[in-house]
Amino acid sequence: MERIPILKMGPFLLVTIQVDLYDRLALSLENDLINMVSRTGARGVLIDISAVSIVDSFMGRILGNIASMSRIMDAETVVVGMQPAVAITLVELGLTLQGVYTALDVEKGMVLLQDKIGFDQLQEQDEEEEPDDRTE
Amino acid sequence: MTTTAQLLQQKKKSILENWMKNQLSDQGLRDDLISNNDLTQQSEELLTGLGHAMASGNVDNIYAVEYEPVTEILADISVTRARQGFSPRETGLYVLSLKQAIADTLEQELSDQPVQLYKEVMTMNRLLDSLSVITFETYIKGREEVIVRQTDEISEISTPVIRVWEGILALPIIGTLDSARTQVVMENLLQEIVNTGSNIAILDISGVPAVDSLVAQHLIKTVSATRLMGAECIISGVRAEIAQTIVHLGIDLSNIKTKATLASALQLAFSMNRIEVKSQSRSANFGLKR
Repeated sequence: MERIPILKMGPFLLVTIQVDLYDRLALSLENDLINMVSRTGARGVLIDISAVSIVDSFMGRILGNIASMSRIMDAETVVVGMQPAVAITLVELGLTLQGVYTALDVEKGMVLLQDKIGFDQLQEQDEEEEPDDRTE
Repeated sequence: MTTTAQLLQQKKKSILENWMKNQLSDQGLRDDLISNNDLTQQSEELLTGLGHAMASGNVDNIYAVEYEPVTEILADISVTRARQGFSPRETGLYVLSLKQAIADTLEQELSDQPVQLYKEVMTMNRLLDSLSVITFETYIKGREEVIVRQTDEISEISTPVIRVWEGILALPIIGTLDSARTQVVMENLLQEIVNTGSNIAILDISGVPAVDSLVAQHLIKTVSATRLMGAECIISGVRAEIAQTIVHLGIDLSNIKTKATLASALQLAFSMNRIEVKSQSRSANFGLKR
């Protein structure tokens, strides 16, 4: 059976989805990824979906699941490179992927992950940056 | 061949003259929109077509093959007139004044046979009425095309995505946000985010006259889609009355960054991107001017 490769880059795992995800492939990806997180003790997971042009509610849920599971295992998930059409579809389906970090491309996603991990190590809250408006 | 058809062939000239006289004497004649020569030519074409069609013996069914040239000419005339800005009355009267012209000629010819005259006038009435209905239909169709084109143009023009800074996009929304426009706005914005690799988008709603729950829903959708793409969205230009309606309607915008003005939104965007903009000191300014 076809499998999606999971690459290890330092403390992060990199997944590039180059094919359209069908249900079983998505499920096996979820399974493999979580096993990989537990085996390597990765601190972050980066999923590149820039080549995915079709998405359904199941796929949206899988992405959300991966993020929740990773968070329990102490790894942040960043989804990068979502196509405009895919984003519109997910919003219309009501799946806004709360709790999943997003970035425009792999590079920015890596920076984001590094920031998150850095914050973590500094024992700071890893919430989204909220600059203070009172400094205006 | 009916008498009217014969008349149309024989007395074409006098009917045309009569018709032109009717048209020209009409108060609403728009000689600023169409020259008299053109009008005469148009009318003659139509009359010739009508004569041929009626010669076939068919005086009832204007959807028959014989009438195709006539309806084509009529459709052409009314669509052109719709575009040129003729009023519906003027377009309608064009065909209806022909009725008068033909009736006058018939009256002269058949003054000694009242029964025949009545029959002919009724037939002719029916025929020309159906023709004027066609004129009207096509006229309205022409007008609708104009409206659709303009609506398209407005939605094209009204959603520009501006790159205000490296990595910062601004999108001023002017006019009401309905579902169709939200779709256009969203698509333009998301595409531009991909094209420019921007990570912040500022939606300026100072040009939106009113925000109801539907508009707010659309805004939230746009913000969510932007977030999914990996960019942050700031809504600016929230006026006092809009803030009031939003709270009164119980719409939750707490997880969306909102700012009163575009300037403060830009400032927030700068600090999110760790950009600093400084005003130069006076002396440095003079130094630049030389």
